[in-house]
Amino acid sequence: MLGYNGKFLEVDLSSSRFKDVTVPEEWLKDYLGGRALAAKIMSERLLSKWETIDPLGPENLLFFMPGPFTGYFPGGRTCVTGKSPQSNGMVGSTVGGEFGVELRCAGYDGVVVSGKAEKPVYLFIKDNDVEIRDASGVWGKDCKQTEALLNKECRKLLAERYPRVGVWKQPAKLYIGPAGERRVRPSVVVAKWTHAAGYGGYGAVMGSKNLKAIAVRGTGPLPEVADLDKVTQMIDETCKSAYENVLWRRWGTGGGGYNFGAETSSEPVRNWQEEWHNQKSYGVDQFENKVWVKPAWSDFGCPTNCLKISCIRSGKYKGAITDNPDYELQAFLGPNLGLFTPEENVYLSSVIEDLGLCGIQGGSILGFAAELYQRGILTETDLGGLELKWGEADAFAALAKKIAYREGIGDILAEGTYRAALKLGKMKGKDLLPFTVTSKGISIGAHGIRSGRDFSREIGYACSVQGGDHTSQTDLPLDGWGSEIWTIFNDSAVICIFTAFNISRTFRYDFYKAITGENLSRKGWLNGGGMKTLQIQRAMLLLGGPDIKWNPSVDDDNPERFYDPLPTGPCKGRNANHERVKQKVRQYYQEACWDQNGVPTSESLAKLNLGYVDESLRKLRRQPCI
Amino acid sequence: MFTVTEQEKTSGPIWVAREYSKCSGCRKCEIACSLHHEKKIWPEASRVRVFMLVPGTEFPHLCTQCEDYPCVKACAFKALDVNESTSAVVVNSERCTGCGKCVEACPGKVPHLHPKTKKILICDLCGGDPQCAKVCQEGGWNCLRVIEREDREFKLFARIPEETAKALATKMYGEKAEELI
Repeated sequence: MLGYNGKFLEVDLSSSRFKDVTVPEEWLKDYLGGRALAAKIMSERLLSKWETIDPLGPENLLFFMPGPFTGYFPGGRTCVTGKSPQSNGMVGSTVGGEFGVELRCAGYDGVVVSGKAEKPVYLFIKDNDVEIRDASGVWGKDCKQTEALLNKECRKLLAERYPRVGVWKQPAKLYIGPAGERRVRPSVVVAKWTHAAGYGGYGAVMGSKNLKAIAVRGTGPLPEVADLDKVTQMIDETCKSAYENVLWRRWGTGGGGYNFGAETSSEPVRNWQEEWHNQKSYGVDQFENKVWVKPAWSDFGCPTNCLKISCIRSGKYKGAITDNPDYELQAFLGPNLGLFTPEENVYLSSVIEDLGLCGIQGGSILGFAAELYQRGILTETDLGGLELKWGEADAFAALAKKIAYREGIGDILAEGTYRAALKLGKMKGKDLLPFTVTSKGISIGAHGIRSGRDFSREIGYACSVQGGDHTSQTDLPLDGWGSEIWTIFNDSAVICIFTAFNISRTFRYDFYKAITGENLSRKGWLNGGGMKTLQIQRAMLLLGGPDIKWNPSVDDDNPERFYDPLPTGPCKGRNANHERVKQKVRQYYQEACWDQNGVPTSESLAKLNLGYVDESLRKLRRQPCI
Repeated sequence: MFTVTEQEKTSGPIWVAREYSKCSGCRKCEIACSLHHEKKIWPEASRVRVFMLVPGTEFPHLCTQCEDYPCVKACAFKALDVNESTSAVVVNSERCTGCGKCVEACPGKVPHLHPKTKKILICDLCGGDPQCAKVCQEGGWNCLRVIEREDREFKLFARIPEETAKALATKMYGEKAEELI
């Protein structure tokens, strides 16, 4: 099919074997690529025994999936997914960088990894030459070291194997840090030091497979498209509209550090005890003037350059390097921990990223622990001598290291906020879930719902098949533009939403047509691939296991904290309305064709030709979850 | 940043002025180059290649048209020539054997073999209207810009990627750069 290479690379690390595989063309037409196609392949293979699959066991499949838009649509992204060690469902997590582009230029539409290597390995793909290589030289290294060492090793190999062709560029890489190696649930899959596939915890899945990295060098062109002139014309249109977004290009998401804190009052402050601050010290202009060393940083073909690079050049935190930091890390490793200076935020971001921890999930755990310390539930002794006071950057950095290396209390916190709350709650004889702000085991992104001023919605997290993932929120009506059906499209095509603000909504179908030659319509996606993927992911989430299962009547809801009135700021007193949320959840069930227990109905699955999904859900229907 | 300058049209020899620290790493120059020459998006077949040996230190690696053209002199098959109106090195694909002597001779190791034809790839300045500079200017990055070729120290830009990356990393990251390369 045009726009695709027509083959995927499947690697079984247990037997050290790999082969090229294909999928039926109807799957490509229905599910495009990325998140949706991975969910389809995964469900066909593992849904029937989903609840027995340990996300950190060898049976789990790990997908690295670009989509038909990757490389063509400005701003390259790749979807990383599998069974999530955070939600026990499947979370399509996308990461920026050149990996997907190189992979498509190497002749592959994706990589599927199963099994577990005996010893640490990395995968090196040079076009059709695939090699499983010893990773003992990079295992244990932090992300910045890993990037450098792999560049050196791979470029040396290329120079030796292909002499006289000239100097080789670096391969594109995805890798994990020490946190992923230790199966820390909130660990990420990293590209270019600072980019991460965060939600889902796939760094831990790579670690569980003893897979340190995948490096790829593709020397071919991107797959042939149906109408190249149309594609290039549409790329130009996208870029031109992005160029008009002057301040967005200049500041990226960094403007949020002040905006969401001060104006929309929806930023986590001291573990969501508040969602407001009025610290102008935390304005993006302060970051720009104090710590940026690169004002425009782009991934492949990106006109937006929402990324920047920050470096602390002198003083206590000298040598700390990170990107922007983007709004999420500004929030979670800033006000969320009572920190309000660019320098401390850059330092903590740099520490977290070097360890391969998730800035959002990691920041959530640090904030959760600090609140327990504030309330006297966790003591200095529990924390191995750390005084975990709000605003103490060094203490938070020390705790982050304990988590990544699973030392002391870090071993419990390494299970992520939700699971840590259950474990610590048992130890302390207290219900600690009220201090967690999570949905389906995933800490909620830095966009609260209480003020009602942010883009986040009252049931945005409660009904999402990706839990707390702020980039996959949903809303009523299900066929409207705020619903998750469209984030599924973005994660499957795969596109970056930050270059697509100003383009028309029909743009995606025309672009798809220009690439593949196939027709796609709003209705087609709503009643086809989009809806099918939603139901498959919902089924996975409900089946859950092996350690935790979600009960829709309890878990299709917001965290308790969102029902507490905001204590400060311009929206003081506002909260989410529980009755209204319940009513909206019921309405959502209806529109998504889920029964009163939140399970997709047999009729709707039959209509979608997903009989096998219905089959796997039977066990849930026998025991209505009330 | 983000000031768009009109691409200057010149009739005589031109040069693509480059200011590495302004490169965003977007690789639109690679896209434009390969679309122009190959009618495909094909980064590896682009005459300009963006290196990222250290994240953040992306820079376009392309021919600087040394005054003494060591690559042209090194070719035993007379496959390389200089276009007098633009000053670009022009490759005669029929004569090129892909031996790599010109790569060895280039102080910046800029040329590389086409991944499919195995013939050498060297920037031909798009016959006087470089597409790489055009897209860079459209985006307002101003890393690449076409200027009139004067008698300047152009050869200083003919450095191997490792050397350029290290210099840029030191400029951005200070002492820390040593650990990052």
